[in-house]
Formats: sequence, structure tokens, C-alpha cells
Amino acid sequence: MKTLQEIHKIREEKRKELDLRVNTKADTREKHILVCHGTGCTSSKSPQILENFRKILKEKNITNVRVIKTGCFGLCAKGPIVIIRPEDTFYALVTPEDCEEIIEKHIIKGEKVERLLCKDIDGKIVNSLDELNFYKKQKRIALKNCGVINPEEIDEYIAFDGYRALERVLKEMSQEEVIDVIKKSGLRGRGGAGFPTGKKWELTKASEGEQKYVVCNADEGDPGAFMDRSILEGDPHSVLEAMEIAGYTIGANKGYIYVRAEYPIAVKRLQIAIDEARDYGILGENIFGTDFSFDIEIRLGAGAFVCGEETALLESIEGKRGQPRVKPPYPAQSGLWGKPTLINNVETYANIAQIILKGPEWFSSIGTETSKGTKVFALGGNVNNIGLVEVPMGTTLREIVYDIGGGIPNGRDFKAAQTGGPSGGCIPKEHLYTPIDYESLKEIGSMMGSGGLIVMDDTKCMVCLAKFYLEFTVSESCGKCTPCRIGTKRMLEILEKLCNGEGEELDLYKLEKLAANIQKSSICGLGQSAPNPVVSTLKYFREEFRQHAIQKECKTLECKAMAKITINEEKCKGCGLCQKHCPVNAIDGTGRDKRIINQEKCIKCGTCIASCPFHAIGN
Amino acid sequence: MHENKEKKCKKEDKFLKELFSEYKPVKDNLIQMLNEIQEHYGYVPIDVQKQLSEFLSIPMAEIYGVVTFYSRFSLEPKGKYCISVCLGTACFVKGSQKIMDRLQERLGIGAGQTTEDGLISIDETRCVGACGLAPVFTVNGEVYGKATVKKLDEVLDEILNRKEN
Repeated sequence: MKTLQEIHKIREEKRKELDLRVNTKADTREKHILVCHGTGCTSSKSPQILENFRKILKEKNITNVRVIKTGCFGLCAKGPIVIIRPEDTFYALVTPEDCEEIIEKHIIKGEKVERLLCKDIDGKIVNSLDELNFYKKQKRIALKNCGVINPEEIDEYIAFDGYRALERVLKEMSQEEVIDVIKKSGLRGRGGAGFPTGKKWELTKASEGEQKYVVCNADEGDPGAFMDRSILEGDPHSVLEAMEIAGYTIGANKGYIYVRAEYPIAVKRLQIAIDEARDYGILGENIFGTDFSFDIEIRLGAGAFVCGEETALLESIEGKRGQPRVKPPYPAQSGLWGKPTLINNVETYANIAQIILKGPEWFSSIGTETSKGTKVFALGGNVNNIGLVEVPMGTTLREIVYDIGGGIPNGRDFKAAQTGGPSGGCIPKEHLYTPIDYESLKEIGSMMGSGGLIVMDDTKCMVCLAKFYLEFTVSESCGKCTPCRIGTKRMLEILEKLCNGEGEELDLYKLEKLAANIQKSSICGLGQSAPNPVVSTLKYFREEFRQHAIQKECKTLECKAMAKITINEEKCKGCGLCQKHCPVNAIDGTGRDKRIINQEKCIKCGTCIASCPFHAIGN
Repeated sequence: MHENKEKKCKKEDKFLKELFSEYKPVKDNLIQMLNEIQEHYGYVPIDVQKQLSEFLSIPMAEIYGVVTFYSRFSLEPKGKYCISVCLGTACFVKGSQKIMDRLQERLGIGAGQTTEDGLISIDETRCVGACGLAPVFTVNGEVYGKATVKKLDEVLDEILNRKEN
């Protein structure tokens, strides 16, 4: 238990101590080696890197250097990432074996380890984070602390203004004033639908009831999206603080965080954060000496995409099958166990404390007319800089893919970008200059969604992609309502036919009709939006669908039934490289013979195409 | 052999005893408890479901309904090696379906199934979060990034040739 004065003291002292994390000119003899411990870097051995650093420092008896575990820096493609502060040196693709050299050269001799310095897409070596094109157009609000603090130490969160917003709210602001600030800021739900957050808080506060609940939706089910996970892994206290502010505002004393069990690191760090906050008296009875009490519990999901839908999530917290409820009543009136419940997404919460501290005008000065602030995207697929980016609303897709993402690898062309996951749509080349906000994305047939942004190059088949999303929805449909349960299955069957070269032109119309019916008549958001990936690809890539249906032709290698890889006899020089690379020994010929592909054995993986130096292989 | 089995049973009894004392017998604890059971046994045995039903006063049918609804819970034991291929969008776009196809072709089983000898099971997962390494597959939780069909073959050969199998 800490008094407010003690917390102020921790903030002041710790902030001085950690100045070198954010100030390259910090006056200190200390150095901090930051090692990324997001899921991506953790899977490529960053815990061992951390351990090696500590071991070597101890052996060499170096005491002015600390090794810190941090959340995600964002540029996952270059992981594992190591950053040395205060000089802000950025080492990329570090292995546990490199630690010795970094200590020996960088720490002891004061020279940079050139071979490990991060290279930008244009090949230029960058010395520090800010020089990277990847970071230049980003603005970090929700991810402010990710990669700066150690998420497992509450003092580090407190040092960077942590729990100051909560203190201000509890000591100086009425419930109405908080709602007013959030409303004025223009913050909208970051889970996808974009409902105004202040309005939601106001509605829940206005609902009658002794017992109310605050829920955090951390069931990030969109495959390929990892924004919420990175916030929970890198800055868990920001979510706790915002939930407490929400609790005070709507009159709740209990909160639940519903998080996927597939995110073990996030769950562990959340639990540590909750325990630490309880220890300090920041969670529990009479917080900061006021009569406000609040506690938070974690509830684990069990692998059902539909539980990201708010009412299904509530059912799941209650221990039942996660099937959506019919709305209205909305959770604000009747939520968890029938009590008024406020549900917000992780990223929405991550903005709250800073809106309180910096004011609604500051927040609403960022973004577009209707969408304020920033949005975090998980940039993935066929793009050079795979990772986590946070940009002001209104940034164009082109800026994200080319300026931040560094463009498409292997000299290929951009074909489409997919936002909003299984509920969103595909954005073709002609809309690259669309400024991204809730409305503009909807207008072009996609949606903001939670923030997955997958880039596809011209080797991708859009029919296959539509099929991929429908497979996902079919397996994740909860089965409660008929349009979604049966309708999506029928759509998938048609798409399978098209991909197998058994389709006909009429199928395209059937798809559109089914899609319209499912959108209109499903109970929940999952069903209503399930046809979106098909509708948008049909709209922008109709010619490709027609080729599948009428000519039975797929220009990419993805529809295997229609693909046939052959070697051009004239171009083949008989070098045998393709044979060497083929994983299934499907290429015949010896010595300097022209090679021939055995079609029965060929699995159409395309490895030979990539391996041929004479471009003699194709489909 | 017989002795071993008895020992195992006793150990499992201890796990259940602890589980039942750790949680209050209220309905909303069901999914939390099932998560722990799945973690411990690698699946949710039917007689454990029966005991849960008594403990929480929830009909067996409802428990079975919950177990079969969530993809994390399994009714059958998994193989000694569980190979999961990520079919999240980022991995899919980078060709993880080819890895999955190859795996199924080599083992002759589908996703969610286990080889007859109980050695390997195949799972499909949606995003393990290592999108920077896409495509990825995992073997008992260990991540293999930037995977190719060739790499999968190597890993598979290594597992199949291990002496202790």
C-alpha cells in the first residue's frame, strides 16, 4: 500500500532515473540495453539474448549498464531488436551469439557494431530509431510506452505520468466532467465499429442499477492482427488505469478483461500488472484515499472468434457458449448478468489517460473531421516492413504501405490491401490515395476493423482470398442464426467450385444474392459482415472471378486444380537448379538435359519458378 | 506398467482436488476451469466433465456443449508432437496453406487429427502473433519462422527418425 505522496515521490525519482530512455542527451553515465519481448521477438529467442547480456555484464563486472525487457518496438520484420540508450542505437536481427560482440565493442570500446545496425529499405544504414522511414510518419499515442518501459514494473509506468490521469479524475473531476472530456475529444471505439466512446460512457452511466460492470474486450480474433496484444504486452497498466477511470465515471466497482488464452505473454503481464496495482493500493478499496473502490479480474477466452462480438463475449464471461444476444437491449442497459455494462476495446482504453492529461482539444486536433486521434495497424503480408504502426487518422493507404511499410518485396506490384479482417474488405490499387478513417473505408466497401492490414502482391488470387475468409467464417460461425450458419456455408461451396475450375458465370450472381441476404438477416455483427470480403473482391476484381468461372483460368498459381507449371524448352539451359530445389522430386532429367516437370508428382509450390535463373519456368 | 498407471491416477486426483478447492462452485468459473483441465491433460476427459458437472451443478449436456463450442478444448488426447500451422491472414498470404497441405499429405491425416501411433497431431491456428516471421508453424509451442515446404520436411524427418519414438 502506497500513499499518494509516496507515489509522487516514485514518479519524480524514477523519471529522473529513466530520462535516458527518452532523451538522447541525458546526463548520465548509465546505459540501458532494451531487448524487445513482444511475441514476435520472443519467438526468435529474445529471452536468451536478454539472459546472455546479463551474464556477460556480470562476468565482466560492468555495473553501469542495465538490461531491460520491453514491449514491442513495432518493426517486427527486423526482430529480435536491441536498442541501446541514451544514444538510441538500433541493432536489428540480433542473435544470442551477438551479445558478446555488442558488449565488447559498443559498451566497452564505445564503437558501434556496424554489421548489426539496422538497414533501411533503400540500403542506408540507420544509427537510431528516428532515422528509420518506418517511424517518420507515425505518431504514437496508444503505443506511447511500448518499447520504452518495462511492462512488468509498475514504477516505470508511474515514471512516465502513469496513474496521474486517474488521480486527477478521482480528486478533481465529476463523472459528468469526465464524460464531457471524452465526448469532446471525439474518441471512437477502436474495435471496429467506431461508436463514439463518450456517448457509450454516458449511456451506461445513465442506466439505472446498483451494480454495474466495466469490461475490456481483448479477444483479438482477427487473424493477422496483433495491436491489442502488443498494447497488453508492452503497456498493461494503461488499460488498467483507463478501466478504473471508466469505473468511476459510470459508477462501477468491478472490471473484467476478457483476453484470448492464445496470448500467454499478454495474460502473464496483465496479471503481474494487476497484482502490482493491488499492492500499491491503486486497485482495491478506497483508491487514493477517496471512497472509490475498484477491482479487475482476467477472464480467458478459449478460441472462438465470435466472442469478440460484445454480447457473445458477455455470455462467455458468464461461463456459457459464446453466442451473441439479440440487441436491443444493449449492454449499456443489460449486460453482464443483466446489469448495465460498459465494453470498450483495448486500444480505446489505451487513449483515455492521455486524453484526460493533455485535454480533448489536443486529441481532436489530430485526425480527420469525423475520426479523431490515431489508429494502430498490424501491417503484414507482402510488405517489407512487417510490424505495428500507429498513424494519425487520415493517413493514406499509400503512405502506410510505401512510406512506412517500405513497399512490396521482390519487385512485385501491389494488388490489394485487406483491412478489417474477416469482416472487412479488399482495397484495390485505385483507392491507394484514400485517407483512412471510419467513413472513407466504409465508402469503398471495407471497414476500419480492429486494425489488421494485410498487403497482397500480384501473385495472389483474389478468389482464393475470398475463399480463405469464408472458410474462416464458416468454421467460426456460432450456429445460432440460419443466414450465417447455412448461408456462409453455401457461399463457401460456390467459391470452392470456382477455385476448382468447376464454376459458371451464374455463380457470381448467386454469391451476390446470398451475400445481400446474409448481410440483412443475421443477428450479430459477425454474420452481417461475413460476406464483406467476397462482396468487395467481387466488386473490384470481377474480371478475375469471371476468368475463374468462364475460362476456368487462374493467372496465379494458387488455384491448384487449374494451375499447371511447365518449363519452356527454349529457355531451359539444363542447369538442374530447379531439380535441386524441388521438394518432391517432381522434375525429371539428368546432366545437361532440358528438364521436364512430372505433373503427377508436382504440388505446384512454385519453388522451381523462383529458383530458375533463366526465367524458363512459369504457368 | 500397472503401478505406473495407478501412480498417474493418483497424481491426476491431486490435480482435480486442487482445482476443486481453488475455484468456488459457481457457474461462471466453467470456462476458466476447462482451460486448466485442457492445459493439464492435453484434452478434456469425459469423466472429468462428469465431475465438473457435479461440482458446478451444471447439466452434463451443457458442459459438453461448451467444450465442443470452443476450439481450444479437445475431446481427444493430442499426439506426442503437436504441429500447428498458422493460417492467419498474414501467414496465409505468405503461403502457409502449402505447408499445411504438405503436412497433411505426408502424415495422411487432416487438421485436428492425430496419427494412429499417437506420435503427431496436426492443428491449424489463427495467428500466433509472429507475423514478422510469416509463414510460421509450431512444434509443441516452439516457433519455426519463415517456413518452407523444405524446412517442414526436415523438421518432420527429424521427428520421425528420433530413436526414442
